Amino acid sequence: MHESGDVKIPIGPQHPALKEPESFLISLRGEKITASSVRLGYNHRGIEKACEERTYTQGLYLIERICGICSHSHSTCFVQAVEEIAGLEVPARAKYIRTLIAELERMHSHLLWLGVAGHEIGFDTLLMYTWRDREVVMDLLAALTGNRVNYGINTIGGVRRDINSKQKEEILGAMDILEDRTKYYIDLAKGETTLIKRLQGVGILSHEDAEKLDAVGPTARASGIERDVRKDDPYAAYAELDFKVISVNSCDVYGRTLVRLGELMESFNLVRQVMRKIPEGPILVKPPRKIPAGEVVSRYEAPRGEDLHYVRSNGTEKPDRVKVRAPTLANIQSVSKMLEDRYLADMPIVIAAIDPCFSCTDRLVALRDAESEKKNTVAWETVRLKGVEWYKNRGVDFTSLNKKLTKLFQHA
Amino acid sequence: MNEEKIKQELEDKFSYLKDLVNIKRKGRIFAQVPLGEFNTVFAYAVKKMGFLALSAITGLDRGDGVFEVIYHLNKEGRVLLNLSVMLNKGNPEVNTVTSYCPSADIYERELMDLLGIKVNGLAPGHRYPLTDDWPKGEYPLRKDWKGNSGTPFPGKEAKNA
Repeated sequence: MHESGDVKIPIGPQHPALKEPESFLISLRGEKITASSVRLGYNHRGIEKACEERTYTQGLYLIERICGICSHSHSTCFVQAVEEIAGLEVPARAKYIRTLIAELERMHSHLLWLGVAGHEIGFDTLLMYTWRDREVVMDLLAALTGNRVNYGINTIGGVRRDINSKQKEEILGAMDILEDRTKYYIDLAKGETTLIKRLQGVGILSHEDAEKLDAVGPTARASGIERDVRKDDPYAAYAELDFKVISVNSCDVYGRTLVRLGELMESFNLVRQVMRKIPEGPILVKPPRKIPAGEVVSRYEAPRGEDLHYVRSNGTEKPDRVKVRAPTLANIQSVSKMLEDRYLADMPIVIAAIDPCFSCTDRLVALRDAESEKKNTVAWETVRLKGVEWYKNRGVDFTSLNKKLTKLFQHA
Repeated sequence: MNEEKIKQELEDKFSYLKDLVNIKRKGRIFAQVPLGEFNTVFAYAVKKMGFLALSAITGLDRGDGVFEVIYHLNKEGRVLLNLSVMLNKGNPEVNTVTSYCPSADIYERELMDLLGIKVNGLAPGHRYPLTDDWPKGEYPLRKDWKGNSGTPFPGKEAKNA
């Protein structure tokens, strides 16, 4: 509760802690936070309403664009709901491919988060390292689906692209590199005193509060709640795969870091199992144009926690209602509790620790020539080379370091 | 406690729920609860049956003058109990469930903003998800809302001026 004697500071919707619009009202007594409240909705785009005006297939592409980081989470959650209402038996191979993409998505999301967490505590080397390693996953996703984000792999009744044996080898090779790197980050998290001191005891969310506020995903699992939709309510191929639900009892930001690192190791293990067990066969069954009347609640363990979609159909080719509850909405309510009686300086890392979602980037950019006003579309690689050149001209040259790293990865 | 036992317990405890509890599949139970009895059934599910977590609340316009609100409760992350209640579109009102599930706050604000459902007993707070200057009486998730009712929308006045 905000009290009249305290200093009130509005933080947001644009502020240094996050790259997405959210607004916090913080009450301070000295450096200590006495109360906080959050205002959401700046990014509301009316996607649920828009789905009612579109066919299921059109809606799928819209749903996939709810989030750039966990686009596969939303699209899978949605197609599962539609397939269940329609009574479609999705081929086993398609389920394995969905699982593969899901785990690759978890890897890039967790690596991204680790970098953001590093940045928020002034450990930017960690950001540079993890985001460099994340590119290994992004390249894989681009090779497998054609896109770095918004993969478009799902369709109602299965998946749109198969994988071949050459891609399998590339995937397994990438897992070895990423596992090696993650082991390094785990050693770092367990041995680097400054990191431990900065994260331990910060952003406390007790087990009881996490239960009471219905926290989900790594936020809940770091407060000792062993809950994971992949285990509790298996979908895709998870029922046939062996993995551990990672949880710790430290209830702080440090625990949330350890949970995500542990989950990265489990994801490598899951992808290797998928590669071993994936059955031959079709990847798609033809769905009906009109979906029979019905209602379904679909659940999915996104990198940030449980994603939930409710779909009601009315026998036509358009849904009657699509409801989406993304994990950030479930977790944002725990943030006020985590900030209670903490220092203002802890706010950025505490908020970042629930891994709130923000939009991702495209891989083509449109550049306008300042003189001719002519618009050109430039490939990502060209932009990268221009960037390298720009820095070289100013005396910053990473060529030799890049060569060393490439060599290191080749020997890994 | 499996799904059949949950259904049986609800039907035994509340005779008016007979034939209104439906197991759709493993882990998915749907129950349609009469409006006047909703608070009692909800409290029993949370306090006595262990459905301690609220995953979400869905509001929808059935298109026949009736709104439906579905409370998605879950028990240890495994079984979802979806309790639904019908409201008259002319006077849509529910009581807040925040005293049982504090996380309901944001979902109830969504019901207010997008469907114009009054939530009795909800503590004052920020609206969600629409903007503070969203026109009064415009509820985007109502079936008859097409976004072109003639009311100027935020930002449109300046653009047209």
